[in-house]
Amino acid sequence: MEHYTMNLKLKVWKQKNTSSKGSFETFEVKDISSEMSFLEMFDVLNEKLINEGKEPIAFDHDCREGICGMCSMYINGRPHGPWHGTTTCQLHMRAFKDGDTIVVEPWRANAFPVIKDLMVDRGAFDRIIQAGGYISVNTGNAVDGNAIPIEKEKADSSFAAAACIGCGACVAACKNSSAMLFVSAKISHLALLPQGDPERKTRALNMLAQMDTEGFGSCTNTGACEAVCPKEISISYIARANAEFTLAALTSDK
Amino acid sequence: MFTSSVGKKLVMGLTGLFLITFLVIHAGINACIWANDGGEMFNKAAHFMGSSVVIRILEIGLMAGFLIHIIQGISLEIQNRRKRAIGYAVKLGNRGSKWYSRSMGLLGTLILLFLIIHLSQFWVPNRSHQGWLLGEELNLYDRMESTFKQPWVVLVYVLGCISLFWHLVHGFQSAFRTLGVSNHRYLKMINNTGIGFSLIVSLAFAMMPVSMHFNWI
Ligand code: HEM
Ligand code: FES
Repeated sequence: MEHYTMNLKLKVWKQKNTSSKGSFETFEVKDISSEMSFLEMFDVLNEKLINEGKEPIAFDHDCREGICGMCSMYINGRPHGPWHGTTTCQLHMRAFKDGDTIVVEPWRANAFPVIKDLMVDRGAFDRIIQAGGYISVNTGNAVDGNAIPIEKEKADSSFAAAACIGCGACVAACKNSSAMLFVSAKISHLALLPQGDPERKTRALNMLAQMDTEGFGSCTNTGACEAVCPKEISISYIARANAEFTLAALTSDK
Repeated sequence: MFTSSVGKKLVMGLTGLFLITFLVIHAGINACIWANDGGEMFNKAAHFMGSSVVIRILEIGLMAGFLIHIIQGISLEIQNRRKRAIGYAVKLGNRGSKWYSRSMGLLGTLILLFLIIHLSQFWVPNRSHQGWLLGEELNLYDRMESTFKQPWVVLVYVLGCISLFWHLVHGFQSAFRTLGVSNHRYLKMINNTGIGFSLIVSLAFAMMPVSMHFNWI
């Protein structure tokens, strides 16, 4: 594609801390390359702000290659911006035209309080993982990986669920602020493997209980989560987690 | 189990599917008005439904199903709305989901308003005429004919059926997902069945007042 540069107007959510009331502020950026990433465009803006003696805009990022799940901008009404199956860090400026106005908001959900500007606290996801998103392994010699037979289809499906990077776009997109896509991907990823089987029932019950404690909404299967997921996690994992939950609730005494 | 968020959805799904089975029976019996026999067959069927002890006991179950579905539905809708105190300036809207899947609370409330009108026109007068026990019933066919003379009633019924259609287009397949069906082939089949079912049932119900109003029967 032809390289071009653009001038943009940015309407960005600014908020001092969790308890303060935020508001939108407008910024202008000039000569942005179409080959820059969205976050690099923010770097350019922040450098300009620092040079002007102003406070830079706080935003989350880490790997900048679409694997860590830290970046979390709600761009023009869509988590991670206009491209399908793409994280904010992998979104490139060629998605925009010269003269565009871009509105950038933080993830909105009571369970994800804003820390500052565009950064939100996604500790709720960590606590859900702590509640059961693991397998218990006693130490000893490492077992041979191939000693446990795993059906190819199940391994593939488990792998597709494990692709979830826990960014929270599903919550951000959902009208109910439901975390079901995230939680169901984590439940399914382990439930599909023999290693996950021993703790299968308690895992489903505990993770879903923690999800409720954290204040996420309930799922009404609208499909917004699947539509915006940068890792294209399928909504059918939610149905699978529902089945895991029902079976566990009916057959275990927890 | 039923106090968790997935459990509450399970209640919605189970009661929703139960109400769907009710719709099948209700539509089937009402379709008897098209027998073109001056309402004879319809009144016989309606009489069976109104005079049998067994069915009248089942009716209590139906009431319970409606009440649980409505109360749980409204409470879930309110709880879910509260999960995002500060909303977005730019909304995702139809880019992520279908409007009717996001409007289940609204569509359900419209159905509820319709139900109140509908019950007050047929069910309440008939049961009170029966002394709420198994007494003599009204001639429901005649009552339909006179009620559907009024254009506003026909309009309300058609709007009610449109709300029901959209509620079921999402609700039918959503209920199966809630119950845990994750097989892609079955989900596709369920989705198509749901659309077909919603269309046939809503259309059948809507045609009843329409065909009576325009004296097609
Ligand atoms: C004949 C009448 C009705 C039928 C057949 C019906 C059917 C259904 C079905 C099958 C579902 C899907 C459940 C799930 O997702 O697991 C549903 C959901 C729902 N219904 Fe109804 N419903 C009816 C009336 C009502 C009424 C009167 C209300 C209330 C005011 C209502 C409110 C809701 C709500 C809020 C949901 C949840 C939305 C969701 O989970 O996506 N419904 N209904
Ligand atoms: S910064 Fe790691 S996924 Fe975007």
